[in-house]
Amino acid sequence: MKYITTALKLFAILMVLVGIIYPVAVTALAQLFFPREAGGSLLYDSGGNLTGSVLIGQPFSDPKYFWPRPSATSGYQYNPLASGGSNLGPTNKDLIDQISNRTELLKSSGIQAPVPSDLVESSASGLDPHISMQSALIQIPRVAKARNLDEETLRKLVLEHVEERQFGFLGEQRINVLKLNLALDSMK
Amino acid sequence: MTNTEIILDIGGMLLFLIVLTLLVKPLGTYMTNVFQSKRTFLSPILMPLENLVYKAACIKQDEEMDWKDYAKAMLLFNCLGLIVLFLILLLQGILPLNPQGFPGFSLDLAFNTAVSFVTNTNWQAYSGESAVSYLTQMSGLAVQNFLSAATGMCIAVALIRGFTRHTSQTIGNFWQDMTKSVLYILLPISIIAALLLISQGVIQNLDPYTNSSLLQPIQTSDGQSIKNQTLPMGPVASQEAIKEFGTNGGGFFNVNSAHPFENPTPLTNFLEILLILLIPFSLTYTFGRFTGNTRQGWALFTTIMMLFIIFLGVMYLSEYNGNPLVQPGVNGSYMEGKEVRFGIGGSVLFAVSTTATSSGAVNTMHDSLTPIGGMVAMLLILLGEVIPGGVGSGLYTILAFAIIAVFIAGLMIGRTPEYLGKKIEVFEMRMSVLIVLTSGILVLLFVAVALVTYSGISSILNPGPHGLSEILYAFASVSNNNGSAFAGLNANTLFYNLLTAIAMLVGRFVPAIAALAMAGSLAKKKYIPPGIGTLPTHQITFVLWLAVVILIVGALTFFPALSLGPIVEHMIMHAGH
Repeated sequence: MKYITTALKLFAILMVLVGIIYPVAVTALAQLFFPREAGGSLLYDSGGNLTGSVLIGQPFSDPKYFWPRPSATSGYQYNPLASGGSNLGPTNKDLIDQISNRTELLKSSGIQAPVPSDLVESSASGLDPHISMQSALIQIPRVAKARNLDEETLRKLVLEHVEERQFGFLGEQRINVLKLNLALDSMK
Repeated sequence: MTNTEIILDIGGMLLFLIVLTLLVKPLGTYMTNVFQSKRTFLSPILMPLENLVYKAACIKQDEEMDWKDYAKAMLLFNCLGLIVLFLILLLQGILPLNPQGFPGFSLDLAFNTAVSFVTNTNWQAYSGESAVSYLTQMSGLAVQNFLSAATGMCIAVALIRGFTRHTSQTIGNFWQDMTKSVLYILLPISIIAALLLISQGVIQNLDPYTNSSLLQPIQTSDGQSIKNQTLPMGPVASQEAIKEFGTNGGGFFNVNSAHPFENPTPLTNFLEILLILLIPFSLTYTFGRFTGNTRQGWALFTTIMMLFIIFLGVMYLSEYNGNPLVQPGVNGSYMEGKEVRFGIGGSVLFAVSTTATSSGAVNTMHDSLTPIGGMVAMLLILLGEVIPGGVGSGLYTILAFAIIAVFIAGLMIGRTPEYLGKKIEVFEMRMSVLIVLTSGILVLLFVAVALVTYSGISSILNPGPHGLSEILYAFASVSNNNGSAFAGLNANTLFYNLLTAIAMLVGRFVPAIAALAMAGSLAKKKYIPPGIGTLPTHQITFVLWLAVVILIVGALTFFPALSLGPIVEHMIMHAGH
């Protein structure tokens, strides 16, 4: 085979170029121009402790916090080491039971029907940091009661946290749950 | 959903398709110039580098290959890639840049993964964040993301040369085509794309995984208290860019482009979909320009775009209508397996683009799509990855379909079939049929094997017809080198690792070699100027005819299987309401 040495040499050269130089160069440029984004958009509290990433959702079940979407990650909800969806098909009885149980749970926490779909249907990544505006608005009475706050104040806070479609048409209007809950904790 | 939201969704998709179409001519022209060794605006920087590579690897610039040598070089180069990646995966535990200390892969999983990345499939039976080191990602998997995409382009360009050369023995030089694809096309755009993605929040670092405290500690169902969340890190953006641009699709993380660190905003979603479709659509223009008649390229483009829009519409409608079984008491779009930031529009556009090409990246869980939505994804793969298909592989497959279309039309009107001045004879037909039908035969054969063995059906997650869909999707995906999955299926078993690896290898290299053989045979032929009996292949009649041929071949092969899977499930879903 007359080509073996050529193949070996070309492979080695291209492997170094795209497998080492390229990612290292991009990492260097990233640290130079976008250090915060490249590092995971991390959030720190006033004491300098790491409290999460803006992009990665966290589990909340306490009535005094806004609740996120259901997460199907294994181990515990919103486990970033096991990103994943439920993979349940649309006619699977497990899926239909899960959704109706979650709907019941929300209703028993004082939410009036109908429930927005994103609050009872699990996300693709299991780490979705967002909920729809509607999903935040219907939780206001519960949070207000748990925190002894005025509903109108909370409504304002929620509306301040609405992120519109990017450039007005891309994606979907949404609210970052972690940011909203951090803002709740810093009130008063 | 309100009417405004639907209008915004559809407007967004239309704008996306316009942007894509506007980029086809410039990128197609650029790629033509690269492969014809003409000067481009990047030549001042890249030409010295290119010459250096040739010198270091002892590649003679004036040497050309016949199709057999070209195929040998291609196979040898890919075989080498397979061995190196296989070894990296096995030895990962003792290699550097492994801050989490992940052990090496098992033999069958390493083989499956190596085959998967070399064949541009990127079927993943492992979970990135809990099994793969940074070195494996960057210097193992991502290298094949570049080289497998470049291999596809080499074969496509060799076939184009077959059409444009007359009475020639050679179809180009594999080493040069490989080098040019990487240096001039894949690398520069990946660098720009990676930086754009990072600016939006895609991570790019070599830090170890980070522990962060939860705002509200929680209890798991078995009473364990969780106070911290471990955030995975890594050089994601550099990999994300080439993963999309090379229609590879292998995610850095388990959930691929649904992961907020891979695809954090609607803008990154838009960019990633654009990257997936750019080369496959633009290669149609490269084809036209190479042959000296850009209308031939636009004819292929129109066929593909027309089918793409039809399938996009059907899936959007199906997801918009949602799942009647979960509707009572629930308001809004069907969001199971979808992310809020993308919504229905961004999820559907991604799902159609990733299955229409051989990408297989996902931002939505295909297993949880509505039955018809899931069927559209499956059908796009089953049609042979031609709408527009993978980088390079899409073009050589649609050219095979065009030859079949010309041949059938020739039989019907009683003329000798010709395409672009080349007489289509028995050999070209044999090769075209081989390109078009290999994956279909693999799918049906392997699905049958899986359905009658315990190992095959024990991996199913969802009961009923959906379980059949999971297996059908898996073999459709691997045989056509797509790589996406109905991910409920447990694919990391000895049975699936071996069977899918075989399907990926045969599904990739049999059509590839057939395309090169056809290139060799076409290049040897004389040019025949079009006469009155020649079927024009740049007009709307041919565009429609080609679309019909693609759909009929697909429908005849797969309708029975599809009717037992998604079609039955669709009926069950609506009857149960």
